[in-house]
Amino acid sequence: MTRWAMVADLRRCVGCQTCTASCKHANATPPGVQWRRVLDLEAGQYPAVKRAFVPVGCMHCEDPPCMEVCPSTATRKRPDGIVTIDYDLCIGCSYCAVACPYQARYKTDRASYAYGEATAAEQLRFDPARLAVATKCTFCVERIDAGTATGLTPGVDPEATPACVNACITQTMSFGDIEDPHSNVSRLLAENQYFRMHEELGTGPGFYYIWDKKDNI
Amino acid sequence: MNYGPKPWRQTNWDFRAAFNFIFGGSGAGLLVFVALSGLGGDAMRAEVLLGMALIGAGLISVWFEIGRPWRAMNVGFNPFTSWMTRESFAAGAVFALGLAAAWLASAALAQAAAVAALVFAYCQGRILQAAKGIPSWRLPALGWLNFTTALAEGAGLYVTLAAWFDTPAPGMLAYFSLALIARGLAWSIYRAGVAKTAARPALAALDRAGKLLIQFGSIAPLALLLLGLIAGDVARIAALLAGAAALATGWQFKFVLIARAAYNQGFSLPHLPVRGTR
Repeated sequence: MTRWAMVADLRRCVGCQTCTASCKHANATPPGVQWRRVLDLEAGQYPAVKRAFVPVGCMHCEDPPCMEVCPSTATRKRPDGIVTIDYDLCIGCSYCAVACPYQARYKTDRASYAYGEATAAEQLRFDPARLAVATKCTFCVERIDAGTATGLTPGVDPEATPACVNACITQTMSFGDIEDPHSNVSRLLAENQYFRMHEELGTGPGFYYIWDKKDNI
Repeated sequence: MNYGPKPWRQTNWDFRAAFNFIFGGSGAGLLVFVALSGLGGDAMRAEVLLGMALIGAGLISVWFEIGRPWRAMNVGFNPFTSWMTRESFAAGAVFALGLAAAWLASAALAQAAAVAALVFAYCQGRILQAAKGIPSWRLPALGWLNFTTALAEGAGLYVTLAAWFDTPAPGMLAYFSLALIARGLAWSIYRAGVAKTAARPALAALDRAGKLLIQFGSIAPLALLLLGLIAGDVARIAALLAGAAALATGWQFKFVLIARAAYNQGFSLPHLPVRGTR
């Protein structure tokens, strides 16, 4: 069984936000909506200050609290682990947004554009179905489905890989099938120490953060 | 040690959502106490209709908050896991049974509506408990606090209305006292739990609201009821004030809980990346 997962190597991220920009471009999200964003963290006090850049977004959880609470069944989880939203079913109650411990969900009540008036590109890509409903990172599910349908491998072939992973300039982000022990993500996790955000809540996030190599490697 | 941005206040649910819990809880509580009181005739009709009107006002308020109000019926699609769906089913049962009770002036139907109202109030507590993204909501103790405050508010409203027209029956004042004590206990248990999970500003907001809930919503009403027992000539006004205080403090607590003390989980890193030498 396939389980798509994202791995972010925090040692590599430089906080350039190229993933954020590529996500906005690929998914035509309005201003203020960042399905993929990068946190800029500072810890400690001068001179012992440490800084970390942390890509965040929907964690495509194993046990998604957003799906459990959704009263309309708009939020669902596919067998491959991708959590989806049916914009035609969603009532925009935002219950999923308060249930998500990762602040990954957005609701935009009115159309808004980067420069006030819609540009030609924004007009072309505007989707009224996304207004006043919950939206979030999809792991670029259309690219994955189209790619796998033609025999491509997500995480390996760029045409079948999420836009943020393709755009990452430092190879911080990796995507692949975590159930396949030979996949890129499985190898990375085998060789490094990692954690998942808010693991104690039992949501089983499909997003792994590498923070150091394993001691015995 | 954990690293990450501090939690911030959620903005997804505002006063409109809070009104659903405020009016819904009080309406449900009122229906329960009308059934307990054994009221009949027009008095029962009026109070059952008032309870339903409050629940309806809460639901209309939250209807104004949802993004796609004309799809509101989709709320009923997930009874298997969603407490919001279950709440909507319980509300449907309350309205069906309550309207029948008012139409037929039937005490048995009013009692059935009260059972549905209890389920409705319970569902509201579970709605909050299932919101894993808000540490001050996801405690099981909040479900019981929400439930007991619904009962205390309903009892307070019943006693206020009863005292407005006549001296309330001693039995109803006893039930009211029990509801106040249960709410005070539920707050104490919730406060002990929430101190371990909630963000500091959330806890500060809850403490202010909880102080009012205990001092003016439990101790003061109980003292007023005691005064009424000792001094019969002020019993009516004391009961009226006690009921109003129980109701008002419950409303302010729920407003704070939903709209002011709901801080999210934030982000938290158990480790910082190790670059270069360890």
